[in-house]
Amino acid sequence: MATINVNLISGRSIQQGVAIEGGKEKPLYRTACGIIELDPSDLKELGAWKNTNVRVTSEFGSVVVKAIETTQGPHPGIGFIPMGPWANKIINPNTYSTGMPTFKGTPVRVEVAVDQQVLLGIELVQKACRGETV
Amino acid sequence: MTKIVTDVICPFCGTLCDDLEVAATDDGKKIIEVYNACVIGTEKFLHSQASDRVTRPRLMQADGSYKEISYDEAAEYTAQMMAKAKKPLMYGWSSTNCEAQSMGHEIAELAKACVDNTAAVCHGTTLIAVQDIGLPTCTLGEVKNRADRIVFWGCNPAHAHPRHMSRYSIFPRGFFTGKGHKNRKLVVVDPRPTDTAKMADIHLQVTQGQDYELLNAFRVALKGEWLPDVVAGIPKEKIYEAADILKSGRFGIIFFGMGVTQSLGKNHNIDEAIAVTKDLNDYTKFSIMPMRGHYNVTGSGEVMAWQFGYPYSVDLTRGFARYNPGDTSSIDLLSRGDVDAMFTIGSDPGAHFPFNCVKKISELPSVCIDPHLTPTSGVSKLHVPVAFNGVEAGGSCYRMDNVPIDCRKVVEPPEGMLTDEQFLIMVRDRLKKMKGVA
Repeated sequence: MATINVNLISGRSIQQGVAIEGGKEKPLYRTACGIIELDPSDLKELGAWKNTNVRVTSEFGSVVVKAIETTQGPHPGIGFIPMGPWANKIINPNTYSTGMPTFKGTPVRVEVAVDQQVLLGIELVQKACRGETV
Repeated sequence: MTKIVTDVICPFCGTLCDDLEVAATDDGKKIIEVYNACVIGTEKFLHSQASDRVTRPRLMQADGSYKEISYDEAAEYTAQMMAKAKKPLMYGWSSTNCEAQSMGHEIAELAKACVDNTAAVCHGTTLIAVQDIGLPTCTLGEVKNRADRIVFWGCNPAHAHPRHMSRYSIFPRGFFTGKGHKNRKLVVVDPRPTDTAKMADIHLQVTQGQDYELLNAFRVALKGEWLPDVVAGIPKEKIYEAADILKSGRFGIIFFGMGVTQSLGKNHNIDEAIAVTKDLNDYTKFSIMPMRGHYNVTGSGEVMAWQFGYPYSVDLTRGFARYNPGDTSSIDLLSRGDVDAMFTIGSDPGAHFPFNCVKKISELPSVCIDPHLTPTSGVSKLHVPVAFNGVEAGGSCYRMDNVPIDCRKVVEPPEGMLTDEQFLIMVRDRLKKMKGVA
């Protein structure tokens, strides 16, 4: 199975804003933030259709999200996961003595994971805290 | 019949829009419609009316289920936790009013806690840079009335501050900016062609993580000195062109966001951005402003600074205020396992902290004060739902340009629900008794 390496950034999207105010226990939060926006060229290299579940792994963790075609592109080589527990499972937590984790610029590996599920926000955090795979 | 409440303040982002109108029922109990707000602000007002809202404190049981308890029991539990802990962390504060923040700080002093706000994962590095070299800034009113050169560096207001552009930065016609956006030049720096970048006169698609290099190149270009052919993925001609546009304005402003504060380089990126602003003042009037996220994160910085002397990451464990980001900041305290209790209010570290810190929170005695169900409430031992500040309670808040604005109470909270401040007063009074303070 093909894998690709991209540079991960996280940040706000308007859908994320609406979802956090609408209730983080709702499926809409997962629709808004349990995704990775990839450039069409990266999706092609990955050999995945749009809206395929993928596992994104960094040296700090791993999470399953849905790969979608970027809404604000092109940005080949960059993956974007809106800020939330999905992104924070894999971003670089090192602050380098500034107090600020490195939310932007984490090298990650993306692989197709069609048989795996994207969890709801609260469920993901609770499961991961119990040490289960998410 | 309905009544229209006018001049309502929107409690979502740091733009703190003050022109909302809300249609409520005559008895002032239910919101029917929200006018003038962005889609996020509207959702915030309407979600407060949800029928499935949690209205009483819930204590997590050993099997993971929840037991409903009274506010009195919740205040007792919280005070006990704070009294027992040697080094509790009190984090959040950005989605509540300044009055509640001030009350929380009394608890922090009694409990000798570490106090931190959401700047820790937002504009904390900006605050470090401001302490390094200062901040030539202005108010949003000045931007609206004077600015004809706008830079958005590493921020995407089209998504994060949806009405910022229409109220202040691009489209409004002000006193000296009668032609609105036609007289303004917009430069956007972002590694993605964002929806904000699509409106720009010049979009510099910087290589992610190389903002410092590009800012440095701007300082060189402003002086007309030599540049290599490409800096941070941008051809030098484009940098010279953008620098000339900025120099030729009458009044310019750099707005910057998480793209610079969270990328490698952190506070040094901001140092350099402020230095660019300083250099631009050799040619024209230029200001710089952080795009603050939560509607009252600026207020938390203000309250903390006037009460403790520092705007975030304050450690009171020795009985006096210490400040050393990297040591006394939430992420580092949690990562190192330095704290023994977690008190969260008006924010959601469960969703917005790196996972290693969330795991630490789940292992600690913890209280989460938040109107919503959140990942933080999901891993905290006690969840205390409160009234929505800015919707069901008023109070002082600070806009991103440090202008204080009084939030409005629009409707009554569900019966029997307390505000943040009321609950904190209950906790403080109990803690005072436990500590033997009069």
